[in-house]
Amino acid sequence: MATVELMFSALPAHVRTARLVATAIARRTGVEESLLDEVRLAVGEACSRAVEAHRAHCPGEPIRIELKDDSGRFEVTVSDQAPSDEIKQEQPLDLGMLSDSFMSGFGIAVIAGLADDVEVFPSPKGMRIRMSWPAANGHPS
Amino acid sequence: MDLKLDHRTEDGLTIVEVEGEIDVYTAPRLRELLIDLVNKGNFHLLVNMEKVDFLDSTGLGVLVGGLKRVRAHDGSLELVCTQERILKIFRITGLTKVFGIYASVDEAKEAHGKDK
Repeated sequence: MATVELMFSALPAHVRTARLVATAIARRTGVEESLLDEVRLAVGEACSRAVEAHRAHCPGEPIRIELKDDSGRFEVTVSDQAPSDEIKQEQPLDLGMLSDSFMSGFGIAVIAGLADDVEVFPSPKGMRIRMSWPAANGHPS
Repeated sequence: MDLKLDHRTEDGLTIVEVEGEIDVYTAPRLRELLIDLVNKGNFHLLVNMEKVDFLDSTGLGVLVGGLKRVRAHDGSLELVCTQERILKIFRITGLTKVFGIYASVDEAKEAHGKDK
């Protein structure tokens, strides 16, 4: 299957659409049914994080998602254009420190827990999150 | 599916029924309801997640925010959830240690009664 690209403005309402598209293409690409919930959640987390970052830094700029079948893997890359220096939160849990800023780090933690393979590329020009899952069934028509 | 919210009070416990998807778009409505309930003096909340189709970290943040608010009044915020795909998110984030999670409203009510 050829690469599918999706661009959407930084509105929370569009995140659900992005989830639905990613899940549909994952299914078509041959990702196992048991993994589709993980794809849906991980893509939703990446898009939610991007929307929040754009709303804070560049609300007029679009967010880009690339979905492709790459050598038997379903690969999703979510790219934003908001400057980022976020790091993964790995401290032990304490309710007192669960501030809103701490919770914003949960999105990437959730993605890391869900995707089979994840790479996060933060930069001053935006963050790129690439994640992939096995697509064992090859190329359904 | 959009988010449907309802609430009722039984035996001193305010039960919040949630149905649909809790994400970055819909979570603010749940946040507003929890804040409103606390502002009206409901400090023991039970959120029934059995009809929730989707929950992301935005939704987790709202639940944690609600928990912080009720704890400020010596209250509680507990959950009813048996769906594996929802429980998995709580496990990944370690929040199973923060929330009381029950298999049914009746089980939660019984535990709440014993705590009183």
